[in-house]
Amino acid sequence: MTVIIGLEIHCQLNTQTKLFCGCSTDYREDGPNTHVCPVCLGLPGSLPITNRQAVIYALRVAKALHCEVPEVSEFARKNYFYPDLAKAYQITQYDKPLAVGGYIDIEGEDGGEKRIQLTRIHMEEDPGRLLHMGSGDRGRYTLVDYNRSGVPLIEIVTEPELSSPKEARRFLNKLRATLEYLGTFDSEKEGSLRVDANISIKGHERVEVKNITSYKGVEKALMFEITRQKGMIRRNATIVRETRHYQEARGVTTSARSKEFEHDYRYFPEPDLALLRVSSWVDEITLPELPDARLDRFMKDYGLSKNHARTLTGDLRLADFFEEVCTGIPEIAAPWTADILLGELNYRDMPISKVPVQAFRSLLMEVKKASVTDKSAVEVLRLMLNQVMDGTPPEMADEIIARLGLAKEEGDSIVEIVTSVLAEHEAAVADHRAGKPGAINFLVGQVMKATRGRADPKEIGRIIGDLLKE
Amino acid sequence: MGGRFVFEKPDPHNAFITRCMDVAYGDGPLSGIPIGIKDNISTAGIPTTCASKILEGYIPPYDAHVITLLRSAGAAIVGKTNMDEFGMGTTTENSAYGPTQNPADPTRAPGGSSGGSAAAVASGLVRMALGTDTGGSIRCPASFCGIVGLKPTYGRVSRHGLIAYANSFEQIGPLARNVGDCALLYSVIAGYDPKDGTSLDLPPPAPLQAEIQGKRIGVPAEFFGEGVNPEVADVVRSAIDRLADLGAEVVSCTMPSMRYALAAYYVTSMGEAASNLGRYDGVRYGPAPEFFRPWHDAYSRLRKEYFSEEVRRRILLGTFSLSAGYQGKYYAKAQKARSMVRSDFNRLFEEVDIIAGPTMPSVAFRLGKSCDPLSMYLADILTVPANLAGIPAVSVPCGTAGGLPVGLQLMGRHFAEDEILAAALAFEEGSA
Repeated sequence: MTVIIGLEIHCQLNTQTKLFCGCSTDYREDGPNTHVCPVCLGLPGSLPITNRQAVIYALRVAKALHCEVPEVSEFARKNYFYPDLAKAYQITQYDKPLAVGGYIDIEGEDGGEKRIQLTRIHMEEDPGRLLHMGSGDRGRYTLVDYNRSGVPLIEIVTEPELSSPKEARRFLNKLRATLEYLGTFDSEKEGSLRVDANISIKGHERVEVKNITSYKGVEKALMFEITRQKGMIRRNATIVRETRHYQEARGVTTSARSKEFEHDYRYFPEPDLALLRVSSWVDEITLPELPDARLDRFMKDYGLSKNHARTLTGDLRLADFFEEVCTGIPEIAAPWTADILLGELNYRDMPISKVPVQAFRSLLMEVKKASVTDKSAVEVLRLMLNQVMDGTPPEMADEIIARLGLAKEEGDSIVEIVTSVLAEHEAAVADHRAGKPGAINFLVGQVMKATRGRADPKEIGRIIGDLLKE
Repeated sequence: MGGRFVFEKPDPHNAFITRCMDVAYGDGPLSGIPIGIKDNISTAGIPTTCASKILEGYIPPYDAHVITLLRSAGAAIVGKTNMDEFGMGTTTENSAYGPTQNPADPTRAPGGSSGGSAAAVASGLVRMALGTDTGGSIRCPASFCGIVGLKPTYGRVSRHGLIAYANSFEQIGPLARNVGDCALLYSVIAGYDPKDGTSLDLPPPAPLQAEIQGKRIGVPAEFFGEGVNPEVADVVRSAIDRLADLGAEVVSCTMPSMRYALAAYYVTSMGEAASNLGRYDGVRYGPAPEFFRPWHDAYSRLRKEYFSEEVRRRILLGTFSLSAGYQGKYYAKAQKARSMVRSDFNRLFEEVDIIAGPTMPSVAFRLGKSCDPLSMYLADILTVPANLAGIPAVSVPCGTAGGLPVGLQLMGRHFAEDEILAAALAFEEGSA
C-alpha cells in the first residue's frame, strides 16, 4: 500500500510589524489585546496597507526554494465566520499567489536524494485566537485575543510527493532550517509553524488532517492516520474524504463535524489593495549561505562525515555553535556536539543557545589532551549542563576535573591497580589463560570499577595483556 | 481664529442621527463653517452607526482621514447625518433612525443614501455636508433636494475611516447649496493618503473658475432612454441647450454598455457588501448575542434581527453571487461588464470632454411608496456608470419638474473634477 502525503505549512514571517498595519508582532510576552489597532481589529472603516518587509521576506523564501515569482499577484478575501476572525474574512492569496513551483531536496527513504516539488507559496494574515474559559463546549465563555491578528504568514503547499512520516519530518526539518537561515522565521516562537497534511493510500480517498502544531506532531499524526487508513482498507471499509483534527495530547486524529466545517469561502479580489507587482524585487534579494551549502562546506573544510555535517547544519543555532567551538579540533568537536551534546540537550529539553560555549570548548580541549576518559568527560558535560539549568555559572572543564578528581589514571599508578586486580581475581586470570573470551572483559570491568572510570578501557586491556604475557 | 459653534436650529426633517450641540472649531479655509457628516464616516468620540441597529452605540476610536482634514481646515463638525442603512437605498427611508424628509417637499424622500446630508444642506441646517457615493448616493439626493453634489474620481479622496459598503465603488464627496461651496469642501478633502492603498497622489485641485466655452459635451442617447420621466428629460435637455448657448459644443453619442451597468453594479457591490458586513456579529460592537447558544447560531439570530430587510437581501444576494459554482456565472460576468463600461467611457472621452444627462430618471419619490426593491434599483441606472468606471461626476440643480428639483449630471475623465466643476459653475452662473 503506497502512502501519498502532501503538506500545507503555515509559517509566521519574523517581521517587526504586522502584514497590513504598523502593530508590533512581538506579542508573546504581553497581555491580550495590547498589540492591536483599528486595522488588525477589523474596525469599521479601517483599511489594510501592505507591509513591504513582509513581502520581501516572502520573496526571500520563494527565491531560496527555487520558486517562480509571477509578474502580478493579488490579495483576495477568504470569507468565513469565526469569533477570532476580526473582519469575517481573511486577506490571503487565491488564484494569483506570490510564488509558484519550487522544490526542496531531502534524504529519501532509500537514503538517496529526493526532490519534493512545491505547488505554491502565498502570503496571508493570521487571525486572532480564542481562549475558552472552562472545558471545551461546556466552557462558560470564550475570550478573544487579537494580538496575533494580522501577523504575516506564508503558506507553503507541496505536491503530494512525500511517501512516509519520516520523509515528512525530514522535509519539515529542512524547510525550517532554510527559513531560519534566511532570517525570516523563528521556530522557537510559539505557534510559528502549523501544518495541515493530506494523506491517502494510493487508490483510495484522501483525508486532510488539520491543526498540527509541532514537528513531532506531524510525524505522529501521519503515523496514526496511515495506520488507521491501512486498517480500514484491510477491513474492506471505505475511506471517506473528510477533514480530521489532530489531537496533540492524545496523538490521534478525529473526524471534524462536517456540518460545522463545511466551507465555501467565496473568494474574490481584495478591493482595498492594489495588485502586487514585485517580481522584479527578486533580483535584488541576496541569499545567505543555506543549509545545503553549509553542509558541503562543513564536509570540505572540517572533514566531517555526511551524517555529522547534516545534523550540525540542520539547525542554524547549532551550526553557528559548532563553528564557534570547533576551531582547531573539528574531529573532536563534531562527534561531541552532534552525538553527545545533542543527546544530553534532548534529554533535558534544553536549547543549544543555553550551552556555554567557552565551557564546552574547554571540555573538548581536555578530551583532546586525553587528560580524562570519555566517560569522565561526559560526566563533566552533564555537570556543566546541570549548572546551567540551576542558574549557577558554569565552571571550566579543568576546574571540574580537578575538583572531582576525575583526571585519568595513567602510567605506574594504573599498572599498580591492574596488578592488584589481577591478584584478586586469579580464577578469571586462569580462565583468560585457558582462552575463555569473556574473561578479559571481566578483568577490564574490574579495573574500571577500581578506578571509578578514570582509565581508558583500551589501555587497561593492553596493560592486562602485557602483564599476563610476562 | 477658532471658536465654538452652537448648533441650535431644530431638525424638522430628521436629517441628523447624532447632533453635536456645541463644538469647537479651528482656523483654516472652513473655519467656523458647520458641516454635517454622513453617519458612515468614522468620527472619533462621536457615535457612528451607518443608520443600523447593529452598530448602535459604536463610537469609533479614530477619525476618518477626511475628518482629520476637515478639523485642520477649521470646520465645525456638527453631527452625523441620516442615511440608508450602510448606504443601501435610494430614499433614506431604510434607516434604523427613521426616514428623512425632503426639505423641498416634506412628503417626499430626499433620495439616498446620503439623504440626511442633502436635507441638512437644502434646509439650511448646515452650509455643507459630506456624503458618500457608491452607486449615486451623493448625486441622487443632491438632485432630489435641489443642491450640488460631487462624486470624485475613485482614489481622489481617502476612504480611510469610511465604513465600507462596496469598497471598489464608493467615494466620499461634498454636498453644498452651490458649486462654489461644493468645490471648496472638495478642495479640502482631496489628496493622497498613505493609509488608503487605493489613494492617488495627484496635484491639489485648481482654483475654481467658470469655464465651458469650447468644451465638447457628449449626450448619450441611453441617458434619455426608457424609464426616464419625460418631464425630467425635457428639463435636462433644455439645460444642455443652455450649455450650448454658453459656448459648449453638444455631441450626440451612445453608450451601449449601459444595459449591463446596473446588473454589474449590483452583483459586484452586493458581493463586496456581503463580505464587508460579515464583521457585525455582536462580538465587538452592537448588541450582544445570546451567549448560551453556539456562536454560529447566535450570529445568525443577531444578524437577522438587527439588519434590515434590504441589508439582508443584499448580503444574501452577494453571498450567493460569490458562492462556489456561481462565481463564474455572476461575479466574473459582472467584472467583464464593468470593464465594458470603462472602455465605453474611454472611447467617449476620446471624442468629448464631458458627458451630460439627467442625474436621476425622476423627481423625488413620495415617502412610503418605494416598496418594490427592483424598481428602486432601476432608479440608479444613470448614476451607476460613473461608479463602475471610477470617473468623477457632479449633479447640479437645473430646474424643476412638477415643482420638484431636477439635477443635471456632468461626468468627466478620471481626475477631471476641476473640469466638471468649472462647467457646473458656468452653468450655475449662466442660468442664474
